[in-house]
Amino acid sequence: MDFVVEMKGITKVFPGVRANENVNFQLKKGEIHVLLGENGAGKTTLMNILYGLYQPDEGEIFVKGKKINIKSPSDAIANGIGMVHQHFMLVQNFTVAENIVLGKEPKKSINLDMNKAVEDTKKIADAYGFKIDPNSVIEDITVGQQQKVEILKALYRGAEILILDEPTAVLTPQEIEELGVILKNLVKEGKSIILITHKLKEVMGMSDRVTIIRRGKVINTVNTKETNIEQLAEMMVGRKVNLVVEKKPANPKEVIFKVEKLEALDHRGLLALKGIDLQVRAGEILGIAGVDGNGQTELLEVITGLRKAKSGKVIINNKDVTGKSPKEIIESGISNIPEDRHKRGLVLKYSLAENSILGMHSKKPFANGIMMNYAKIKEFARKLIDEFDVRTPNEDVAASSLSGGNQQKMVVAREIAKDPDLIIAAQPTRGLDVGAIEYIHKRLVAERDKGRGVLLVSLELDEVMALSDRIAVIYDGEIVGVLDAKDATENDLGILMAGGTLESQSKGGVQ
Amino acid sequence: MKNKKIIKSVASSLLFPLISIIVAMFVAVIFVMWAKHISFFKGVQVMFKAIWNGSFGRKDSFIETLVYVIPLLFTGLANAVAFKTGLFNIGVEGEFMISITVGAIVGIIPGIPPVIHVILVLIAGTLAGVLWAGIVGYLKAKVGSNEVVNSIMMNYIALYFSNYLIMGPFNKKGLAQTADIQPSAMLWRFLGDDYRVNIGLYIGLLMVVLIYIFFWKTTWGYEIRAVGINQYAAEYGGINIKKNIILAMAISGGIAGLGGAVYVSGIQHHAIQMVSFTGYGFDGIAVALLAKNNPIGIIFSALLFGALNTSSISLQMANIPKQIVFLIQAIILIFVAADYVYKWIAEKRKKGALLNE
Repeated sequence: MDFVVEMKGITKVFPGVRANENVNFQLKKGEIHVLLGENGAGKTTLMNILYGLYQPDEGEIFVKGKKINIKSPSDAIANGIGMVHQHFMLVQNFTVAENIVLGKEPKKSINLDMNKAVEDTKKIADAYGFKIDPNSVIEDITVGQQQKVEILKALYRGAEILILDEPTAVLTPQEIEELGVILKNLVKEGKSIILITHKLKEVMGMSDRVTIIRRGKVINTVNTKETNIEQLAEMMVGRKVNLVVEKKPANPKEVIFKVEKLEALDHRGLLALKGIDLQVRAGEILGIAGVDGNGQTELLEVITGLRKAKSGKVIINNKDVTGKSPKEIIESGISNIPEDRHKRGLVLKYSLAENSILGMHSKKPFANGIMMNYAKIKEFARKLIDEFDVRTPNEDVAASSLSGGNQQKMVVAREIAKDPDLIIAAQPTRGLDVGAIEYIHKRLVAERDKGRGVLLVSLELDEVMALSDRIAVIYDGEIVGVLDAKDATENDLGILMAGGTLESQSKGGVQ
Repeated sequence: MKNKKIIKSVASSLLFPLISIIVAMFVAVIFVMWAKHISFFKGVQVMFKAIWNGSFGRKDSFIETLVYVIPLLFTGLANAVAFKTGLFNIGVEGEFMISITVGAIVGIIPGIPPVIHVILVLIAGTLAGVLWAGIVGYLKAKVGSNEVVNSIMMNYIALYFSNYLIMGPFNKKGLAQTADIQPSAMLWRFLGDDYRVNIGLYIGLLMVVLIYIFFWKTTWGYEIRAVGINQYAAEYGGINIKKNIILAMAISGGIAGLGGAVYVSGIQHHAIQMVSFTGYGFDGIAVALLAKNNPIGIIFSALLFGALNTSSISLQMANIPKQIVFLIQAIILIFVAADYVYKWIAEKRKKGALLNE
């Protein structure tokens, strides 16, 4: 038998969703196999089944030719399957070695044998070419290193088959490259690897074979060498897609929005913004690139009035709105597509009509004094639904009953309808399918062309590069560089995102 | 099409309360069988006859049921307003109680023209309730202290402060109560002086309509409901959360206070020393829960709880312990709570399925 893992006819149904339907999946020994699919296609569900987190409703799993029943992650581990989740599961104030041995500690009688733990960690790290200090504490090391710890943890438990769920989401381009090297080393040592991703570029760079999943069904399994990005995109989405955002050169005008020497604390009371300076002009898109957790969230919260600034200024249309309430800031001409549409963007139990006026609900014509005018509100919601092609039976259904893409379209529609001077778009396409991404990108560019300023914050470097006219890189609460999008390369941005400096850094743009 | 949908949604929201009422009655019958050593069918017959006669079956008992319904309308609404904002106002009891005392004190003042006097009593009671709940709301909004703990403490302050006033400065010699309020401060008993039912009933029904409009037709209601469902989205949408918490508590307390004033000026006509809580505020929690915080639903759940309370006398006369009434109420509540838990779990599961994609 050549397959280390074989999943046959897997079906898994969640209330209202067929997450997997008769899925067949085979992993060869010593290969890197990508599971490619859009968000919600069912790739993670399939791997959670393999790792024992879910039980399939139908289907069989064979590991090394033997049929097995995986009831829990410990069954999976016993069969040599290890999984690194998208969100790491590490104890923040333990050391690397302590985290790696956790749950399978070497013991000296009843005491933890810490020396052996450190030794084991070193041995296993050296064997696979990981550069990591077993004695450093998790909260002090980078996200890229934390990921290595997660991989080592799986290897320490004897994993022969490694599942990595969206491993590149939190990494800089350079760290992604490093991960590629690590994975190649692992394969050389005889491990087999499954990568879950929706990023086409990485598929081409890292894998041997690709299995494409769409709406819970396997579309095809192909050899990476025999395919290309366009073909993969088409199989993933089900139609030809335009991977490039079409836009004319920007025609920027006067500066409409400024942030000056902004400082703010995060929720732990630590300085998260260390003197941010930014300017956005009418008619341009300023993108902010950066690895998650470098102050993006705090920056947007301060701008929109959800967090207090420690010092510094936020200025829109020459008006200082620092420390003003969210309501006053909305009314000053800033609208905001929030990074988490479920937490901030929508009141999920409210109807679309009620959601369509959030932030404008006390304004005419939606309200007259304290009485609301529901006829007008519904008319307005219908207009947005039509214009933005929100797929919904009507405007009375709860926002929660819509798909993520349609929910996001509703949020985008509402924020544009506020007729703002500046649109803040935070991760505007997170978790959306390619069709919705295309639409929202087009819409943001259209708003730019109408003369609005757009401040785009995204963790997807590709998105920032595709949309922005200028790119500011944020690192550790500071803007470490502003580049003209025409001159910005992935490599340069990557170096800045990791806290490095560019030798030839032009002080281009308005900094 | 649309009508069908509405009927379906109404039916589905009524399903759980109805099932819970039926099951509660059924369980109660078992206890009746046990208490009286009779067969099941005999038990059904005895119990339902007693409850029916004691609540709706006779003119006297029906009117007395309505007397119970009056305070429950107010306390039910008061709790619903707080629930809708995501607050748990246990203090409706205390707000109700302090307003009885304040209402009685204002009612005793002689020489005020009739209509004005009643209105003064109602306003004084409402303000007392607003103050009592407003303190809790203010503390919650400004320092983040828990409204449950604070409102429970306010209940005790209301209890002992009321008793001090009733037994101290405003005591009627020789009795554990205040003097009767002036006739000018009494709400009109529209079925004559033999019956305690009064136009407070209509004030309560008017409040139901007002709160319904408030929730679903005003910007204040829009904001309060948004804060209750998702604070983060509300905050993002420019809604001032602190203001809404204080506002919701003040409105909740105001309704409870109005209820207390109606109780004293329409039903009791004086404030009696309280050995323990009146229970109307706590029953209001159950009334609001059973009605799922829907103001219209509160009419029906107040009627049910009022009927059960009134029938305790006729149950005793039929040699059935009156605790059966509490048993039925408790079982209904357990079921309604179970419904919330069930929905919560279902939502979690659904979310889990989506998140893991």
